[in-house]
Amino acid sequence: MRYLLRRFLHAALLLAGASVLAFLFTSLAPGNYFDEMRLNPQISSETLAALKAHYDIDKPFAVRYAVWLKSLARGEMGYSFAYNAPVAPLLAVRARNTLLLTITSTLLAWCIALPLGVWSARYSGRWVDRVATGASAFLLVIPDIALGLGLLIFAVRTRWLPTGGMVSVGSEGMPFAAQLWDLLRHMILPVAILVLGAQPILVRHVRSAVAEAQEEGFVRAAAAHGIQRRRLLWRYALRAAANPLISLFGFSIGALLSGSLLVEVITSWPGLGPFLLEAILARDLYVVIGGVLLSTVFLVAGNFIADVLLFWADPRIRTE
Amino acid sequence: MKIAPRRQRLIVTLLVLLHGIVLVGGFVAPYDPIRQDRDRPYAPPARIHFADGPGKFHLRPFVYSQRLREDSFDQYDDDHAKLIPLKFFVSGASYRLLGVIPAKIHLFGADEETVNLLGTDGYGRDLFSRIVYGGQISLLAGLLAAGVSLLVGTIVGSASGYLGGWTDSIAMRLAELCLALPWLYLLFGVRAFLPLLVSPVKAFLIVVITIGVLGWARPARLVRGVALSAKERDFVRAARGFGASNSYILRRHILPQTKSVILTQAAILIPQYILAEVTLSFLGLGIPEPAPSWGNLLSSLQQYSVLSSYWWMYLPAMAMVPFFFGYLALSSTLQEGRSAAKIDL
Repeated sequence: MRYLLRRFLHAALLLAGASVLAFLFTSLAPGNYFDEMRLNPQISSETLAALKAHYDIDKPFAVRYAVWLKSLARGEMGYSFAYNAPVAPLLAVRARNTLLLTITSTLLAWCIALPLGVWSARYSGRWVDRVATGASAFLLVIPDIALGLGLLIFAVRTRWLPTGGMVSVGSEGMPFAAQLWDLLRHMILPVAILVLGAQPILVRHVRSAVAEAQEEGFVRAAAAHGIQRRRLLWRYALRAAANPLISLFGFSIGALLSGSLLVEVITSWPGLGPFLLEAILARDLYVVIGGVLLSTVFLVAGNFIADVLLFWADPRIRTE
Repeated sequence: MKIAPRRQRLIVTLLVLLHGIVLVGGFVAPYDPIRQDRDRPYAPPARIHFADGPGKFHLRPFVYSQRLREDSFDQYDDDHAKLIPLKFFVSGASYRLLGVIPAKIHLFGADEETVNLLGTDGYGRDLFSRIVYGGQISLLAGLLAAGVSLLVGTIVGSASGYLGGWTDSIAMRLAELCLALPWLYLLFGVRAFLPLLVSPVKAFLIVVITIGVLGWARPARLVRGVALSAKERDFVRAARGFGASNSYILRRHILPQTKSVILTQAAILIPQYILAEVTLSFLGLGIPEPAPSWGNLLSSLQQYSVLSSYWWMYLPAMAMVPFFFGYLALSSTLQEGRSAAKIDL
């Protein structure tokens, strides 16, 4: 229990540090949202000064951070200049869309990678293994951006799949089943890109972990006792190989918000990625900070979940 | 290093060759990458032929002249009556070889008309030339950023591992913090608050320094690990016993031992940073037009019309693949070599 408490405190401290760091970056940087307004002759410098004072832009770093913390406590996470609304609800809608995409693709990626990696280790050197490692090596050298754009061109040319957004125009009037089908069809392309992009790394890790565990003495002993191959592989070898995979799974969870940024932009999925990009171009300070920190929360939480899972799975950590 | 010297040499040769092609880009590319030809927007890639319509074989490869179709702005027909023979080592637009030597000779070209082997973009700029020149910028950005990361990482890591104490704890807490932030988001966030509309050279430097500095943490941690074990080695203790100064020990005894870690990290970081530049430029946060980079060449694909009609605009993405293959193969052989060396001990 002390171990978990320590990990939790560590995560909390890390988050606090990250928020300070994010604020520090933004206060060091020149320029803000209101700078472009200065060029507009219709806005007087008094109005501008009043706006800046209203949003506490002109205050020193520590004051702004304190104001932001207060706003965080109210569940607002600061104020978006461009949307004229608190940041948190804006982020929540986008984060929900992103999570819909990434949770589906992460689950799918693991469901494919786990059996593929285990088989590949089991039939090491045979054709299953060769095909799997060859395909993953091939996918590994194709950068996500090339993969995404390639699939997008394919979808556009064949007209099999919708290529942008999350719903079709006029889908609100459709019955529920049709709406769901529409959403699913829109999800296919981004999910496919994400799954294919994550696949090679997952398969490689599963394969090497299981291959290593297979060589362990106790697995061989169990095999000599006549335990079924399948049971041996899934119950014994995979269990022994679990530790690095749990860490990797924690990383998958951590990347739920931040991993799909590029794919969302390419397929114009209305998630956190395009939203953040827009905020960056508009210099919408608190949206950027909020987006970065929200995805940091996921990354830290992912690590923490991995710690908890490791604690549960590995007795060696518990007795430590 | 003993593990597969033959394979390693092969991979290094491949990488040197690929980079060499890009390095002498001015010679390989037939045209100036920013020269526009408003009469030839979105010309498709010219097919290279050896045999003409009646089946007569030509020893010298040729392409057909492309004619803009009547009432169209982007549809071209091959004019089968007009053959344009490809010539090698022709003189054309002047450029500076390796950025210094003024030259005019190009690997290939044609006398009468422009030949766009990979087609043109919306301004009629030769895509092949833009890919080659874009490679110069993207690769240089990746290499320099990796250099920055490794430099900062090595300095911080070796100092923190060797000196220990509070230097070490502060540096490592900071590194943990940097690793906790999602890298791409952090990159975007920092880029967001640096000036957006700047000259290409400035933008290039901003991109390189941002990517490089933000990536210091991982190499720093690895170098620290090496330095920690290195400082307990007998010859280091002996040197200290003989009164060697800290900086002398760091330079002569600690840093040489980090060489293999740094090499492996370089092979991992360079493609990652090339990709980071490509991503930034693709999203309009990196190197601006008209200077070409692999990223901003692809950014036109964000328009549906380009995506559906001009498939050759995708070709810059294919140009990256051999480079990534090379770096990936290199890093995996380097890692194999390291784990084998560990077993030897």
